Amino acid sequence: MGHKKAHTTLYLIAVIASLLFLDAQAFGFKTPQNGDVLPDINIPVPHNETERDYLGIKGGKFFQIPRIKAAVVIMEIFSMYCPYCQREAPEVNRLYKLIEDDPGLRGKIKLIGLGIGNSTFEVEVFKKNYGVPFPLFADKDFRFHEAFGEVRTPYFIGVKINADQSHQVFYSKLGGFGRAEEFLKLAVRLSGLYEGGAP
Amino acid sequence: MRRSGMGMGILVSLTIALMSTAALARSAAFKNNIYDPGQLKPVDSALRVRVGEPAPDFTLPAITGEHITLSRFRGSKNVVLSFVPAAWTPVCSDQWPGYNIVKDLFDARDAVLLGITVDTIPSLFAWTQQMGELWFPVLSDFWPHGEVADTFGVLRSNGTAERAIFIIDKAGIIRSIMVGDINKRPPLEDLIRELDKLGDS
Repeated sequence: MGHKKAHTTLYLIAVIASLLFLDAQAFGFKTPQNGDVLPDINIPVPHNETERDYLGIKGGKFFQIPRIKAAVVIMEIFSMYCPYCQREAPEVNRLYKLIEDDPGLRGKIKLIGLGIGNSTFEVEVFKKNYGVPFPLFADKDFRFHEAFGEVRTPYFIGVKINADQSHQVFYSKLGGFGRAEEFLKLAVRLSGLYEGGAP
Repeated sequence: MRRSGMGMGILVSLTIALMSTAALARSAAFKNNIYDPGQLKPVDSALRVRVGEPAPDFTLPAITGEHITLSRFRGSKNVVLSFVPAAWTPVCSDQWPGYNIVKDLFDARDAVLLGITVDTIPSLFAWTQQMGELWFPVLSDFWPHGEVADTFGVLRSNGTAERAIFIIDKAGIIRSIMVGDINKRPPLEDLIRELDKLGDS
């Protein structure tokens, strides 16, 4: 009995020790790459009506990214505490404006941000400081971050959402995307947004 | 059966705890430059000051070359002292860059921020350069090693500082002390809430 207890204790210690050397990827959370689908995360539906309208999300407490009413979603994984995210913020805002100012793209490409390790307060500080015009979501407990394979920030993921609600990642990259104009062209091309003819 | 369930519970809790703290300091700004000390004892010192007491005065060199004396703010500004454990470590590198974009929140509460570590000036200079231009003074408590941290009771047994925040009012009185888990970044709202209390008195 004593031996059995000792074995159980040793086993537990060994498992816990091994966990010290594991990261999210070892638990099956990997960063989605081109052609992959997104991890199944539930994002709280925004309280703000303008943001709900932008996303085309009606009702419910949570939504999944493929439910966003768009042909393409570009998501930024960021942190209020990340200097590079702070530096990139104006260019990401410019990307939003380029999309919204283009009648052919407005409503088809939507942006969202996930503030990893950030509280709602911290995400709001980032949003207000940089005048971020698209919805940002707090990930205080790093759950989204974990699901996305614990990427560094800023990290951009482009997702094509098909008419049948299926989706594929077409862009997955660490770091800023450079000039908004070039990135937008790239996103349109890689997503195949205009395949079958431009609107 | 109950015991094995409890064991599994402990295991799951530990896993979540380990994975949540491992996720800090992920800014690409510090890629390949961060030394990860792993999980540390959450708090490893005993406070030597208390809320309601006058803050011990000190003078420390800043990375700008000037020397900052705490008492110079007496009568004009509230002071937030932000001790962080060490340069080039995960959580610390994820704390001050956030404070760097909220100068308006400090200004609105008539407060200045002083960042302090026990590192040398050159190390602090190189580290904070990765954060962009900081609006607040960054002070070195390197020599005599950790003397100010020790005076406040936040010098750990390995010579680094705790992750601690002291709020000192315009009369030089300590109004709030937050010594948190060294492995976690304190939420910004906690600091702002404490600063807001100064206006209530």
